[in-house]
Amino acid sequence: MSASAGSEFSDGSAPKPGPGRTGRDWADPAFSGLAKACGIVVLVLIGGIIVVMLSGGRLAFTTFGPGFLTSSAWNPVRDVYGALTPIFGTIVTSVIGLVVAVPLAFGCAFYLTEMAPRWLAGPVGTAVELLAAVPSIIFGMWGFFVIVPIMARDIQPALIHSVGRVWFLHPFFSGAPFGTGLLTGGLILAVMVTPFIAAVMRDVFNSMPPVLKESAYGLGSTRWDVMRQVVLPWSRTAVIGGIMLGLGRALGETMAITFVIGNTNRISASLFSPGNTIASLIALEFPESAAGSLKLSALLALGFVLMVISFITLACSRLLLRAGKA
Amino acid sequence: MASQAVPAAQPFGALSRAAPDIGLERRRRIGNLVATVLAGVATLIVLAALASILWTLLSLGIGGLSLHTLATVTGPAGSNGGLLNPIIGSLIQVGLATLIGTPIGMMAGIYLAEFGGASPLANAVRFVSDMLLSAPSILVGLFVYLLLVAPFHHFSGFAGVAALAILVIPIVVRTTEDMLRLVPVAMREAAAALGAPRWRVVVQVCLRAARKGLLTGVLLAIARIAGETAPLLFTSLGNLNWSLSLNESMASLPVTIYQYAGSPSDDWVQLAWTAALLITAGVLFINIVARIGLRGQDRS
Repeated sequence: MSASAGSEFSDGSAPKPGPGRTGRDWADPAFSGLAKACGIVVLVLIGGIIVVMLSGGRLAFTTFGPGFLTSSAWNPVRDVYGALTPIFGTIVTSVIGLVVAVPLAFGCAFYLTEMAPRWLAGPVGTAVELLAAVPSIIFGMWGFFVIVPIMARDIQPALIHSVGRVWFLHPFFSGAPFGTGLLTGGLILAVMVTPFIAAVMRDVFNSMPPVLKESAYGLGSTRWDVMRQVVLPWSRTAVIGGIMLGLGRALGETMAITFVIGNTNRISASLFSPGNTIASLIALEFPESAAGSLKLSALLALGFVLMVISFITLACSRLLLRAGKA
Repeated sequence: MASQAVPAAQPFGALSRAAPDIGLERRRRIGNLVATVLAGVATLIVLAALASILWTLLSLGIGGLSLHTLATVTGPAGSNGGLLNPIIGSLIQVGLATLIGTPIGMMAGIYLAEFGGASPLANAVRFVSDMLLSAPSILVGLFVYLLLVAPFHHFSGFAGVAALAILVIPIVVRTTEDMLRLVPVAMREAAAALGAPRWRVVVQVCLRAARKGLLTGVLLAIARIAGETAPLLFTSLGNLNWSLSLNESMASLPVTIYQYAGSPSDDWVQLAWTAALLITAGVLFINIVARIGLRGQDRS
């Protein structure tokens, strides 16, 4: 489908309504005008979000200046706020999430497109898509009641006694195994964004002209050879776009993170230490902030920072996906 | 076609010359085996996560599922309350948000597919809509808070509806455009040749031909917003008392889960699991129905 499929007869040669219809000449412009107006509503929405968030955070930005972004303070008693800790937590959890999610998603897409028998590919693909549909608060409850105990009892002690013994990894894998913290948050994010990345990868792999793969198989390539040397190079741009899409989702994830991150405003090298993210801090502190207060403005300024980060990520993702499709 | 395959084939040309190298052949086979096994393991991990979530919800949530739970209003901890007002509140807010968001999204999708083409405005709308599709929903909550809650000094069901409606729009835009593009141009031309004005062609031919896909989009939108919590926290807030007024704060299942799940009271935690089971079962059911519908669209 070309992008101009709909405008095929919008040129001058289009059949004009007959003379009997002149009385309804307003209907067509009215309809197309309404459609255009609704399209513009979408633009107004995003413009409104940008303007309103910026104005909401103005008090905090003017009070703290650029130092807002580099201060790790969050002290409602002294009314001093900084964005560094939640930004740190957001980036660390998202990176952990992606480091785990990308291989998982790639494995899923590889399995679904190259390995699974037809009768199995459908149900398994649907199951992966259903995982993407599970609401984020459910991931939060599942993470808190199922994953956190496992982390505290098995995984974190095991990590402390294995990779934690390596001297240069020690700072990252030390501390008390509470179960909550940055690592757990990152792992929950990984489970949440894997289906999104996998869906993009699967669609890209499937949209590849079969003749390219067939000729490689014909030369005696194994499945893995074909994937690594033919499919991946061909689809690289769109695959990176899909990963950026997952990153965009991970950065703004709120409810699931709020349950498992520990909600402490502290920067620590240890991945086991509790922390917070921009979204979790907003979700937790917003209901306790008085309207018009500096704290509320600081939270809105944080929201603005999150918006800038995630919009840039999502814009890159869209551009890459479009370039990969062309 | 042959010229296309050449760059891809080059490494293998090199391989075939090295065919007597048994070590290389073995490395390729082992590499293939390892990759295949790892891909299978990755898929199993993802499936296991889904299974674990569903099992947890079923085993912990089913115990609290009863007529009493569904028909009783929430109450203080230990008072044997139910989930009636969150269920009704969710239905009202999701229903109204769908009613408001769908027409706007559908008209915008019609604009993109039928009128905008590749014009700069249409490209901008397409780009922004796709960005909104994955934008953090908590931002939408903050936006609506500043527009509809802060100026009026109280939380309201209206604000919750507005936040959810904003989330509906980009989903419906995407499916509407995609589905209208699947309608053959010949059908539009045939209708136009019969003298139908443009709006009739779109409404009575294109929309009708694509109706299954459009319904799928709406269903997916409903499934998406039904589980949204973050945008409701700052807009409709949640309400533990019975209230149908859209002008007051309004209960919803996701927010109730959030409020109850972390509470020290056992019966509240039980209600949170039951609510989680209800919302997940509903969301997944709608998704499956939508997918079956989409399959029908492909066949026709």
